[in-house]
Amino acid sequence: MEIDPFIFRLSIFILSIFVGYYVVWSVTPSLHTPLMSVTNAISSVIIVGAIIAALAGSSKEIFSSSSIFGYIAIVLAAVNIFGGFLVTQRMLQMYKKKKDKQK
Amino acid sequence: MISPNLSAICYLISGILFILALRGLSSPDTSRQGNYFGMSGMLIAIIVTFLSIGSLSTSLIYVLVLLLLGGTIGAFIAFKIPMTAMPELVAGFHSLVGLAAVFVAIAAFLNPEVFNLGFSGKIKLASLIEMSIGAAVGAITFSGSIIAFLKLRGIMSGAPITFLGQHYINLLLGLGIFILIFYLCKTQSANIFWLVIAISFLIGILLIIPIGGADMPVVISMLNSYSGWAAAGIGFTLENTALIITGALVGSSGAILSYIMCKAMNRSFFSVILGGFGADSSSADLKVQKDKKPVKNGNAEDAAFLMKNASSVIIVPGYGMAVAQAQHALREMVDKLKKNDIKISYAIHPVAGRMPGHMNVLLAEANVPYDEVFELEDINNDFANADVAFVIGANDVTNPIAKTDPKSPIFGMPVLDVEKCKSVLFVKRSLSPGYAGVDNELFYRDNTLMLFADAKKMTEDIVKNLD
Repeated sequence: MEIDPFIFRLSIFILSIFVGYYVVWSVTPSLHTPLMSVTNAISSVIIVGAIIAALAGSSKEIFSSSSIFGYIAIVLAAVNIFGGFLVTQRMLQMYKKKKDKQK
Repeated sequence: MISPNLSAICYLISGILFILALRGLSSPDTSRQGNYFGMSGMLIAIIVTFLSIGSLSTSLIYVLVLLLLGGTIGAFIAFKIPMTAMPELVAGFHSLVGLAAVFVAIAAFLNPEVFNLGFSGKIKLASLIEMSIGAAVGAITFSGSIIAFLKLRGIMSGAPITFLGQHYINLLLGLGIFILIFYLCKTQSANIFWLVIAISFLIGILLIIPIGGADMPVVISMLNSYSGWAAAGIGFTLENTALIITGALVGSSGAILSYIMCKAMNRSFFSVILGGFGADSSSADLKVQKDKKPVKNGNAEDAAFLMKNASSVIIVPGYGMAVAQAQHALREMVDKLKKNDIKISYAIHPVAGRMPGHMNVLLAEANVPYDEVFELEDINNDFANADVAFVIGANDVTNPIAKTDPKSPIFGMPVLDVEKCKSVLFVKRSLSPGYAGVDNELFYRDNTLMLFADAKKMTEDIVKNLD
């Protein structure tokens, strides 16, 4: 009997939880706020689903009920992607060592 | 159009880049590079998605315009937001992820053919379960984050809202969701799908309203975790590796942060969820009035004198410092002290702020070098050797009662051993207790000098007196 592809995805999922667990524990506590904003940005990779939903309308009509939800989701996710990465960048720029400052 | 295998590999690559983005945050030096990894991961995922869809028509233009529109709004917010408002911003962003997950799930439900999930009314069973879980968790994340946002922003009172039988209602609604999903699988009825989403919105609201302002760091971390699980749920539906990996990463990251925050407040995760903490401030007032002990009252001149003659000073900032916008004045004070060869370090309690690591960002913004800033366990032994502890805007996290009185609500919470310093300067507006509603014994100690004033005003006055 063949293995259901779902099992493979589940394996990836579970292993990723472990990777996440160890990677996040190694994050220095002083960077916990940027950690939150960057996880926020990357979870917006959900935009791929939104793009597929939005472009699906092309075969029949541009604005079907499902593609409209896709379009809105694109805007929401895009706000998050740009906002999340840029605000993280802005925060990380502020972290400076003693030596840097005395230039 | 690229083959499904190639696009799957590309999604895997972007998933790996996201792991590297988090890995970069293990030190400030590598963090910026990590952020670029994250950005490139996102770029790859988006481009691959476009390439994997064969025929691109006029709707592509709409997609790009909307992408640009959202991007512009996001960039604008990112550059404008003050650092003190980071918790609200993150809560707001979580709500967007949640809502996006709901919308993608709805789109998949209405038009399953596009996602290869079967046909409308005959959606594959596994996909149906995955998308309804994704939609439900997304909806909870959305409405919960909105409430958190309103509370943090001060639009809604931070006081917990509780009513009789609250937890049973939540439990019932939660069970209801599972039963409805079960029926959804049997009937494929759109109405049940909408009902699942509607109830989940309600659960999100009910879940967050009983949680008080002091527990907000846990709430934000928890919602962070939820947004991850929602993304993972959608990832399973869309059979997309990048989403599954990201969802798992974000989910566990948020869970760990919630755990760290709970531990820092010595509160169990369940007691935070059940809420109601910080509600009984009236009883705390009574406690304060009960025993009016004498306090030593000082002014800026005394404080300046004490610090000038010290050889090492530890600064203990709290959220009150950020509210008073005193961080820049504080830096000025520290610069003056450093010129007199006084050793300065900052001690940060894990919950000093409104979200994990918030105080570190605020100090970084005020140009405090990060190697002068220490976490609780790294600096707690140094208090005994320091001459002056300068407590500004912090309260509960310095309260020695947490170590001595088992009856105190904050007993067992790790605190900064401020009282071991030769002298303690406490900048505070009044003797009122902090969030936990507990009187701080430190105020009445012999080696404590209270400086009653606004944090910013007092710091500025000290700066003047240091000249």
